[in-house]
Amino acid sequence: MDIRKPIGLLFTLLGFLLAVWGLVGGEAAAKARTIRDDVNINLWWGIVMLLFGLAMLALARVAAKRGKA
Amino acid sequence: MHHFLTVALKIDLQFLDYAIMGIYVLFVLGIGFALKRHMRSSEDFLISGRSIPAWVTGLAFISANLGALEVIGMAASGAKYGMLTTHFYWIGAIVAMVFLAIFMMPFYYGSRARSAPEYLKMRFDEKTRGLNSVSFAVMTILGSGISMHALADLLNKLLGWDYTVNLLVCSVVVMVYIFKGGLTSAIYTEVVQFFLIVFGFAPVVYLGLKEVGGWDGLVRRLHDVGANSQALGLWETNLGEGAWTSMWGNMGDASANSMGVSWAGMVFGLGFVLAFGYWCTNFLVVQRAMAANSMRAARNTPIIATIPKMFFPLLVIVPGLIAIALEGSGKDSGFKIYQKEVVVSAADWGKVEPLVKAADSNGAAVKVLREELKGKGGAGQPFNSVVLARITQEVRAGRMSSGDATAALNNAGERDYNSVITSLLNRYCPSGLLGLALTALLASFMSGMAGNVTAFNTVWTYDIYQSYFAPDKSDTHYMNVGRLATVAGIALSIGFAYVARQFDNIMDLLQLVFGFVNAPIFAAFLAGMFWKRATGHAAFSGVLAGTIVSALFYAHTTVQDGSAWLVDSLNTWHSFPSAMTQNFSLAIFSFGAAAATIAAVSLMTRREKTDEELKGLVYSLTPRQADPGAPWYARPAISGIIILLVCIALNIYFA
Repeated sequence: MDIRKPIGLLFTLLGFLLAVWGLVGGEAAAKARTIRDDVNINLWWGIVMLLFGLAMLALARVAAKRGKA
Repeated sequence: MHHFLTVALKIDLQFLDYAIMGIYVLFVLGIGFALKRHMRSSEDFLISGRSIPAWVTGLAFISANLGALEVIGMAASGAKYGMLTTHFYWIGAIVAMVFLAIFMMPFYYGSRARSAPEYLKMRFDEKTRGLNSVSFAVMTILGSGISMHALADLLNKLLGWDYTVNLLVCSVVVMVYIFKGGLTSAIYTEVVQFFLIVFGFAPVVYLGLKEVGGWDGLVRRLHDVGANSQALGLWETNLGEGAWTSMWGNMGDASANSMGVSWAGMVFGLGFVLAFGYWCTNFLVVQRAMAANSMRAARNTPIIATIPKMFFPLLVIVPGLIAIALEGSGKDSGFKIYQKEVVVSAADWGKVEPLVKAADSNGAAVKVLREELKGKGGAGQPFNSVVLARITQEVRAGRMSSGDATAALNNAGERDYNSVITSLLNRYCPSGLLGLALTALLASFMSGMAGNVTAFNTVWTYDIYQSYFAPDKSDTHYMNVGRLATVAGIALSIGFAYVARQFDNIMDLLQLVFGFVNAPIFAAFLAGMFWKRATGHAAFSGVLAGTIVSALFYAHTTVQDGSAWLVDSLNTWHSFPSAMTQNFSLAIFSFGAAAATIAAVSLMTRREKTDEELKGLVYSLTPRQADPGAPWYARPAISGIIILLVCIALNIYFA
């Protein structure tokens, strides 16, 4: 098993959910507890995780292709 | 690490928080089930059949060490001691990890031993292995029990979830994925957990640094903390501006730094004995490297692990720095680390005040005060020693009225440093990010626990069951025993978690016991690998002698700040400025006693093993590892030296 595949899937999924949560209603709830901060941290951190997940998936794919060849 | 939050702090989770945790659990379980069909023999199950690439074992190596106690404890130390905590990384880990990679892995991996105790059997004899495997098996169970208790308690106080449900759900998840996929699934999930820990805590650090004004702002605030350490109740004196920001500046004298440790204790006690004892002989971490798919991958495992380890202080210590900076810099941040509750009534104080005034010295006054103000059931109340000493001083000088003293005492509870992480989560994480950070905590707990359980089932199956109870059974039989040991190990840990819940200072007790056991064992491994003359009788008696010296040392020394908690010393030979420096010195003495005994007994006893038999087990009798054709970064000797240089640079930069 190439562990990059499940890691890629997990982070793509979590990143996507977090970003969407930040975009839609999540922000109002966010402001309630967090310090006075103007960054929509859920959205941005979600995007970072999403990119990391996609990179892992890409690496796994490259490795799989190379393995077959 | 007992009561994490004494003040009720309940966070409500929203849908996404639960969803993130749920998805994580499904993934780790999925990995266990996906690997099930690869488990064909006991070696597949218990030692991964030596099949895993180096980057995976490297990240698992570090993840197994990064349990929940480590995450919570390092943040706590960051607040309590400041940058000195980085010694646990840059002195107390990296050097030992590089040493393991270059000098010790060739013997662990090359001997084809299936466990660290089994190496002792090959190198020395059965009794040395027996001693090590039994004490190790017990320690892993206690270790995982304590960390289960810590997590269940934390979730209970933070989220209001039921303690028993927390305990059962978390441990059943770990049990299922190990039961299905053995060590391989523990290692693979540890890699997933590694990334979750990084991604879960990084935004908290980012938001925290942003609030304190970046790194420069943090340093400025920490200067205030160091300059006011007495008023803040952190140390008996004001240690000065650099005390929370510099690694070495205050290490010349034990009384000049927040740990109360001298540079010699730090370098030899922590950096040499304790660090090498843990990283180089603890099967929990070494097992990850032994599962690698080649000798070179095994040697590179600890090297790869040093890279994240070197930067983890940013993730686990900086939150503690942020917390104390927010509380202590004088600027009104509205943040305070939780204090444990103490209760002193006016009547109580009325009884104690004359005694405090009549005491011979301020130290005696503090002692009397502690003695007289015990809480319900006669247990000591969690007072902050520094604050207590200041109050008695003021009272004795006639500068504090009875009413003021009572008020001050009620506000003199010790800081609950273990709550640092959770209170920062509460401050910074909106729902969503909160779910992610909680998942990171769950992940760190599970990786630490899986490390203990997989080490336990291997040592139990091969070193205890196969050696002493049932030597000649089929491999399927041992695989089933390994599975059974997984379940039994977790059941025992759950039992011990409830024991830990009953006793407040059990964590301290255990740390002490680990210290008793680890330092002498390290002497045995070191002698075994680097001195061909060392004999089995010598190793066995050395370990015993080291343990006895530890116990004697502990029984006859005290700690000035009153943080010695377990026994009153018999007759005191020496008094240390802090419990930490007592631990470090104990390690040095214990190691010294073990090493001296091994040397003496070796010279008095006959060698049982010939040079031929010791080939591959002892440094001088084993051909050096050559790496023909390997690129420079895949040669442990070269990459190890680079890592050490970077580590020295960090020490100099933060000196």
